[in-house]
Amino acid sequence: MSVLKRQYPLMILAGVLLLLPLVLPNNYYYDIAIRMAINAIIVLGLNLLIGFAGQISLGHAGFVGVGAYASAILPSQFGWHPLLAMGAGAAIASTIAAIVARPIFRLKGHYLAMATLGLGIIIAIVIKNEAAYTGGPDGMPVAPLGLMGFEISGEKQWYWVLAAILLFSFWAARNLIDSPFGRALRALHGSEVASQVMGVDVVRYKVTIFVLSAFFASLMGSVTAHYIGFVTPNIADFFHSIELMTMVVVGGMASIYGSLIGAVLLTALPQALSTFEGWETVAFGSILILCMIFMPKGLVPTLAARFGRNGQEDR
Amino acid sequence: MALLEVDNLSKSFGGVTAVQNVSFAVDRGLVYSVIGPNGAGKTTLFNLITGVYTPTEGDIRLDGQSIAGVEPHALALKGMARTFQNLQICMNMTALENVMVGAHLQLDRNLIKAMLRFPGIARRDSELKDQAHELMRFVGLERYWNLGASSMPYGALKRLEIARALAAKPQILFLDEPAAGLNSMETGEIDELVRKVAGNDVTVVLVEHDMKMVMNISDRILVLDYGKKLTEGTAKEVRENPDVIAAYLGSNV
Amino acid sequence: MFSQFLQFLFSGITVGATYALAALGFTLIYNASNVINFAQGEFIMLGGMLAFYFMQSGLSLPLALLLAIAIPAVVGVLFEKLAIEPARDAEVVTLIIITIGASLVIRGLIQIWLGKGAHSYPAFSGSEPIQIGGATLLPQSLWVLGITALVVVALWYFFSRTLAGKAILATSCNPLAAQLVGINTQWVLLVSFALSAALGAIGGVLLTPITLTSYDVGIMLGLKGFVAVVVGGLGSGLGAVVGGLLVGIIEAMAAGYISSAYKDAIPFILILFILFFMPRGIFGAQVTERV
Ligand SMILES: Nc1ncnc2c1ncn2[C@@H]1O[C@H](COP(=O)(O)OP(=O)(O)O)[C@@H](O)[C@H]1O
Ligand SMILES: [Mg+2]
Repeated sequence: MSVLKRQYPLMILAGVLLLLPLVLPNNYYYDIAIRMAINAIIVLGLNLLIGFAGQISLGHAGFVGVGAYASAILPSQFGWHPLLAMGAGAAIASTIAAIVARPIFRLKGHYLAMATLGLGIIIAIVIKNEAAYTGGPDGMPVAPLGLMGFEISGEKQWYWVLAAILLFSFWAARNLIDSPFGRALRALHGSEVASQVMGVDVVRYKVTIFVLSAFFASLMGSVTAHYIGFVTPNIADFFHSIELMTMVVVGGMASIYGSLIGAVLLTALPQALSTFEGWETVAFGSILILCMIFMPKGLVPTLAARFGRNGQEDR
Repeated sequence: MALLEVDNLSKSFGGVTAVQNVSFAVDRGLVYSVIGPNGAGKTTLFNLITGVYTPTEGDIRLDGQSIAGVEPHALALKGMARTFQNLQICMNMTALENVMVGAHLQLDRNLIKAMLRFPGIARRDSELKDQAHELMRFVGLERYWNLGASSMPYGALKRLEIARALAAKPQILFLDEPAAGLNSMETGEIDELVRKVAGNDVTVVLVEHDMKMVMNISDRILVLDYGKKLTEGTAKEVRENPDVIAAYLGSNV
Repeated sequence: MFSQFLQFLFSGITVGATYALAALGFTLIYNASNVINFAQGEFIMLGGMLAFYFMQSGLSLPLALLLAIAIPAVVGVLFEKLAIEPARDAEVVTLIIITIGASLVIRGLIQIWLGKGAHSYPAFSGSEPIQIGGATLLPQSLWVLGITALVVVALWYFFSRTLAGKAILATSCNPLAAQLVGINTQWVLLVSFALSAALGAIGGVLLTPITLTSYDVGIMLGLKGFVAVVVGGLGSGLGAVVGGLLVGIIEAMAAGYISSAYKDAIPFILILFILFFMPRGIFGAQVTERV
């Protein structure tokens, strides 16, 4: 496949991102677009883990929380440069992920779900309890993100920053999946024992992709914190983890652009439903169940299969 | 020195001892077959040697080095490859990609370079694609190369397992019932394929129920019964052994 | 000193009993269908909330309790029929996601129907505390412990002495073989879900007079029941009971002696610890996956 054809969807995405400002009527819509982009990047990382490698994380919001609070706490209380704080957050999230993943990935089946769930809840509880640093349940303000004397502010500037990160992430994810590393990842999902005897160090691959997805989740947590200018513990809670997983599942497991579609749709949904609180929960739950029953592969792969494409999964 | 030496190997699962005090040696370049009735412990023996199970007791040596309990991916690095009796194909990938997974260890697996698509990675991968293509032709699967593995027929998948194992360029190859469930024409083709592989300087260890095929291509044969070694020898010796005839062959040959 | 310890122990085994019931529910469903039911906690919540609702609408205590246990059992059956069965052969990830979806639906509907407030109802036989060794024990705790013990004995009898119970055990060992000898595995699944939902609801009904309930208590209670399962060893009934009590006691002790702010974190620290150092729990079996 030629480079051109391989990155065709990426070029469409770039085009959409370029033209979108022409039709976005006001800052409210910019804001939604930015939130969609942030979610899409987190979901992409999570999809590498859940969809491609076939492992599950029920505590991913915990890593988002680590990044968000690193960016909130380190600059304001310890005088760190925001970029350094962002890096530190990502490093902490990756380290936690690595420490937990090593022993867990030696086990099979449900254990990762249990461990990640526990981990996410512990992080959320720590954030709620350490009020001296985190402001407790009320949250805390976050300093703006400055780069060499220039400060990112306002929806329009953030839009372009996130558009750039989004494009880079999708380009890099596509490359990863098309590489020997990505092939090994998909292979261990298909048959763990076969990939093992073919030389794939299964535990190492699972740990690496788990750490990578935690790294990106933390980075985007930092970005969210700076963009909104405020963080609350909700960013790390179990419901947010479930939201992220729903986006993966609805858009399409093992589908790069499914991650984008899932994030776009489900970020829009709470906006539409924001007046009914209980119904939002019911809607999320029903979507999860219906998707898993009628469209277990998710939106993008299902549609791709319907419209030809040789029956092969879209990646 | 023999390429593979198995020494007093045992494996028990709870109460069942699936392999019990089995010893044998495989010389380089041979086709070595393991036969025995269902449940005799042949697959368990393969799982032990290829690191999928850890032995309860005993030792395994490859090139004189002990490999008992070594993890499968580390054994792949030492030139070991295998196929599975119950297909272990990655159904989420194309046939060609399955074969390419076999060459995993010959490639640059660096994560960062992969994400940034360093030119070397892409180039090496497209070379590999050609080699994998060639291998699929070798096992007779060229017409499936672009198809998803999940849409291939059973017989083709059996061969895909062999192509994938060959992509690893192994020095020793374990085939667990490569002809199981195939009709006599397909079995003949597998027979021929195994000969071709053995002719390429690969040591082959074969588990197979098709006696015609086993007797024809094996240099030596190990007979297992209830986890224990019944006898070992050339096809002729095994065929004439009264214990073997009583336990297993009587009805088949 | 000792009286304080005793006090923590009492509150530990009381909530521990509820965790044990939830853990038994998890185990039942896991054994019957290999599904980890993340909606288990919602049945505990349903039990408490429904009991509150029926008592508030003037029903007598026994009738209210009965309905509060029977309705979740029906919900359990519907859940199996509508959500689990259509996805029978799906991957583990898929099934986990379905149960999470179901828990969101149940929780959301209760929130819409009964609101976000916390509720309670009077203890079954007064709330005059009983003095034991300097510590106090609520009469409701005795109800919790007594009924949990009864339920455990009844379950033991059901599984070891009745044909129906043995049919369920057989199905969990080998569904295909069970089907071949004429066991209706479909029915086994339904019974398991009904039973497991009822177990959760019993826990909720018993615990609510002590701890209050609201639409969102299910997640934490369910997750802790789940920790109990891991501690005891996935799939083991005895493990579920021991694990439940252990988690309750450790949580109460840690909250009392270390930090009450981190009370809710303790079971999850425990789960990580168990998974790191003894992944099969206390009573889990060692198996080698077949290839
Ligand atoms: N993972 C396992 N757990 C428990 N028992 C097993 C396992 N693998 C194999 N066995 C048992 O070991 C014995 C030998 O099986 P196997 O090696 O598959 O025989 P063969 O390949 O010769 O037909 C059988 O009784 C089988 O049930
Ligand atoms: Mg076998």
